[in-house]
Amino acid sequence: MNDREITVEVNGEPRSATVPVRMLLSDFLRHILTLTGTHVGCEQGICGACTVQLDGEPVRSCLMLAVQADGRAVRTVEALADPTGTPHPLQKAFHAEHALQCGFCTAGFLMSAEPLLESIDIADEQKVREALSGNICRCTGYQSIVAAVEDAARAIREEDQHSEGKRA
Amino acid sequence: MKPPPFAYEVPDTSQEALALLAAHGDEAKVLAGGQSLIPLLNMRMARPALLVDVNRVAELSRPTRREGRLHLGALTRQAFLERSPLVARHWPLLREAARWIAHPQIRARGTVGGSVAHADANAELPTVLAALDAVFVARSLRGERTIGWREFFHGPFETELHDDELLTEIRVPALPPGTGTAFTEFARRRGDFAMAGAAAVVTLDADRTCRHAALAPLGLEPVPLRMPEIEATLTGRVIDERAARDATDALFAYAAPADDIHADAIYRREVTTALIRRALLLAAQRAEGRDE
Repeated sequence: MNDREITVEVNGEPRSATVPVRMLLSDFLRHILTLTGTHVGCEQGICGACTVQLDGEPVRSCLMLAVQADGRAVRTVEALADPTGTPHPLQKAFHAEHALQCGFCTAGFLMSAEPLLESIDIADEQKVREALSGNICRCTGYQSIVAAVEDAARAIREEDQHSEGKRA
Repeated sequence: MKPPPFAYEVPDTSQEALALLAAHGDEAKVLAGGQSLIPLLNMRMARPALLVDVNRVAELSRPTRREGRLHLGALTRQAFLERSPLVARHWPLLREAARWIAHPQIRARGTVGGSVAHADANAELPTVLAALDAVFVARSLRGERTIGWREFFHGPFETELHDDELLTEIRVPALPPGTGTAFTEFARRRGDFAMAGAAAVVTLDADRTCRHAALAPLGLEPVPLRMPEIEATLTGRVIDERAARDATDALFAYAAPADDIHADAIYRREVTTALIRRALLLAAQRAEGRDE
């Protein structure tokens, strides 16, 4: 029997399907759930275009079988903007800094960068670059991407301070 | 570039996993983190008839420290080595090496056991575990055995594990007081496989002389390697620039790297020599509490 029924929480909602056991998570997201924001660049785990978050951690969806996500929570780039369509600070920063050209790598960068925003040491550019080293971009030369991540991190932290200030 | 067809089982216990391996032998492949196996499947360089997914076998996960030793379940994620305060405090070499493994996304899924069982000659963990004198625990329906790292690694992608065996645990001895460790690597891009690297463990006596040194170069030979003759020459010496130089001068009587598409032999030798010296000196400094 080479098909299995799986239930995966995707962007907060349970999604069930019967899939071939050899189907990659990336293909499950794109073809079964039609969440095509996640892109497929290499299927070898090198390029990072397929990065999604599994239980909050960035992983390469081309290196997971869909069946391995059964019972787990997956977050894709489609979850970044809020339900009214307002872009996430990261998306705003990418826009402002021209951190995308063809856009193929972008979803992967966003998913890798999002968990870093609260914690990464933005004063140290080398650390930011290292944290993003699992994502390849052929268009931008990375400078604008690094700037966007730093801007977004600052924005998120200012927002946090602002809301803490209100509560206090 | 999609995987070829395979049967798929996801056992809940190690007993179930072992039964599957016993029944299907060389037609089965264990799927742990998948960060090495799934690329091989995607490229159709591996075509196992059966995948045994062990990610739900809870017994393989629990890292603990018992009687000073580190017991890492085979399913311990590489990211754990980076983040664990236990590892940072007692086995900082593992943490230092883990940061060089591929990329954060890979380390989120990749496992210590998987890296060991896969036995890629350019992987960081097998070499570092050799420097730490780790032993590996393998189980099958026939029983359990403990395998020293020397007996474990046979060659590139070849280990002592039989087809019906599952690597369940990696055990790392305690490091005695007065020990410093260091790992360093050279790769063309951040996250690439190492072109050259070195792990060093140095234990010093109160008079600053070396009581024990472990040197494990990465990428020199297609198996994890220690250099016992060189390690022996360091015993009783203060580990300074001169000692490091003397140690590495003996290096290439000992092991000669080959030319390959990443580097020719001379380049690899020069880089490896420099890295071994660097790691040795840094480990000695750390043993004295003189951090960089």
